[in-house]
Amino acid sequence: MPLLFIIFPLITVLILNLSYKKIGSKAALLIGTIITLLQMLMSMTFGGFIWKGLTDTLRVNFITDFRINSYSLIVLFTIGLISFVSLIVGRSSTGKDKFNFVNLVLIILMGMNGVTMVADLFSLYVFLEITGVASFVLISLHKDKYALQGSFKYLLMSAIATVFMLTSSAIVLMFAGSLKFDIVNTYILSYNGVPFQMVIAFMLFITGLSIKAGLIPFHGWLPDAYSSAPAPVSILLAGIVTKVTGVYTLLILFTSVFGKNTMIGTVLMVLGIISILVGALAAMSQDDFKKILAYSSISQVGYIILAVGIGSPLALLGAILHFFNHASFKSLLFVNSAAVEMQTGTRKISSLGGLASRMPITGGTSIVGFLSAAGIPPLSGFWSKLIIIIAAWQAAAYSYAAVALLASILTIAYFLRLQRNVFFGHVAEGLENVTEANAGIKGVSILLAAINIVVGILFPLVFKYMQSIGWI
Amino acid sequence: MSQILGFILIVVILIFIVGFYSLIVTRNLIRILISLEILMKAVTLIIIAAGYVTKQTSLTQALIISMIIIEVVVIAVAASIVVGLFRKNGTLDSLKIKF
Amino acid sequence: MDLSSFNSDFVVFLLLLLSLIISSLCAVMIRNLLKAAIALASTSAILTIVMFILNSPWAAVFELSVCAGLITVVLISAISLTGEKPSEEIVILRKKRLQRFMILPLILVVVAALLWISWPYLSNWVPKIVSSEVTFQEALWNIRQLDILGQIIIILAGVFGIVVLFKEREVK
Repeated sequence: MPLLFIIFPLITVLILNLSYKKIGSKAALLIGTIITLLQMLMSMTFGGFIWKGLTDTLRVNFITDFRINSYSLIVLFTIGLISFVSLIVGRSSTGKDKFNFVNLVLIILMGMNGVTMVADLFSLYVFLEITGVASFVLISLHKDKYALQGSFKYLLMSAIATVFMLTSSAIVLMFAGSLKFDIVNTYILSYNGVPFQMVIAFMLFITGLSIKAGLIPFHGWLPDAYSSAPAPVSILLAGIVTKVTGVYTLLILFTSVFGKNTMIGTVLMVLGIISILVGALAAMSQDDFKKILAYSSISQVGYIILAVGIGSPLALLGAILHFFNHASFKSLLFVNSAAVEMQTGTRKISSLGGLASRMPITGGTSIVGFLSAAGIPPLSGFWSKLIIIIAAWQAAAYSYAAVALLASILTIAYFLRLQRNVFFGHVAEGLENVTEANAGIKGVSILLAAINIVVGILFPLVFKYMQSIGWI
Repeated sequence: MSQILGFILIVVILIFIVGFYSLIVTRNLIRILISLEILMKAVTLIIIAAGYVTKQTSLTQALIISMIIIEVVVIAVAASIVVGLFRKNGTLDSLKIKF
Repeated sequence: MDLSSFNSDFVVFLLLLLSLIISSLCAVMIRNLLKAAIALASTSAILTIVMFILNSPWAAVFELSVCAGLITVVLISAISLTGEKPSEEIVILRKKRLQRFMILPLILVVVAALLWISWPYLSNWVPKIVSSEVTFQEALWNIRQLDILGQIIIILAGVFGIVVLFKEREVK
């Protein structure tokens, strides 16, 4: 029953806060990780025993108009995985705010599950706002100066995006008579072309979602918010929040609500290509480790938007696979940056150097992450980029495919600069006593690197497995 | 009916212009919050107008109530962030806080 | 109120819409922040009356009590917690600010004139009329149940937000 994805974290939050005996923060974190593991398990066993058990009771008492298709299950699994990673990293890096951190991660989990499963434009807005409020508070968890600035910028841009999306929903309501996805879809398909007012509504909605996804030219909040947030929060933001609230919503709207329209598809493809190029170019000159990763995220999200714009079934498959792969390799790189920041106390790459000898596991897994991001075979990033470029070629968008291919070279360039300055070379002064990060962070980075390698090498088998459990 | 709708849409566009202009031009952080509120009022008006012309006032009233609650929570969190920024920086001028 | 033809009710409605624009303009252009917050509250009050006329009484009551009440209290407490500027700065900023904001009423009048002139060309705006017999209680509690669940969750998130952002910790 899809409602369980929201009920389980809600009951957990209520139990954690209203219980008679005060629950310690370590126990709270353990309960949080159990909930994320449960989410991963539930999304892999669609139709299994957890689903059927509580279905009848809940269906009698609550009206639930959720929709789940196979792509939503992949997204739900990714949400569970990255939240698990973020909680493990937060175990050692949040300190006194751990209890609030766990509760807020559970709330953001509820928000994102809701965004993935809704069937109505206004409920989409409600769950987007839940995710937004929880992430503003998470960014400013330690209340330092830069985090508050980053959070306020994100809040401002998110509120502007909300205004655009609600205006668009009001226009849709005036013409289609309802806000449910299927009714709006029926109304649009019943016209020959696309009505003029719906085009305005959809343009407004795309603008709002582009602000939330951080596409160029609406990306102003993204580098500051990602780099000034605490380490586990950056992992959450880069790994899932921006992608689910911006990119996945755009995919759902483009395919099942507003319908495939060549003009809007072209707009999305242009936005995607511009984001790929500008993100990659801007990442080459940054000094802060996390800002390089933030601009790289803008670039990779551009690939997903390019695939959504192309719109063919192969391109949508590539978009979802790149969604999963980007979550795994970008989170791996952010975990490495968390380890580096915790052990050396700085994020400026100009003052780091030679850490590969001191922190072997962090260095090794970051090489895996960087190769996967650049699309080098046989890692997982290669396959999803290949599918996107082939889909662009098949749709006769030759110049887009060529630019996307060349952008891989830019990706290699800036990541190589990052690796050289941080991990290779001589050990910089003051860093001789740096040791490896603690066991939790080591375990999580090995897990994510293993996922990248396994999904990459065994891609045909993984593809058959996903077909067998009904994900694709 | 479309006469009323026409006037309401013109007013909505004008209030949007007031809100966006003030959002871009102002330097005081609390006035940014006031501009966000004005934008939300414009959105409320257009949703109510949509409900009035399609004779679905009960649906739009339910939507407006949810929207107002969410707006209150967002403004409360935003005001707390502004107070936190003031405590760390000593000023509310957005140019001085190195945005 | 009967709004289908040009009678006195219609003129009153147009005056209400005009005063909505003027009071939102005041909220943005007045220098003193407290007075601006009061202007925002009066904008909410005028919007409440407009909503009553447009057959939405429940939403109007909610808007009056929450926006004209609660949000004004939140803004005024934020204004009081954040102090004042020293007076020399205020005089210098006053002139620059006047230049920046004076242009706004001009922009509004120009845009209103443009829209008024070009409105007949743009209005193939035929909305769809759905005659639904759903009462408000049924709409809120039965059809939009998911929104109510969302509201509970966002209130929880807001509570955590206030706790996190306002808790002072001893600096050792």
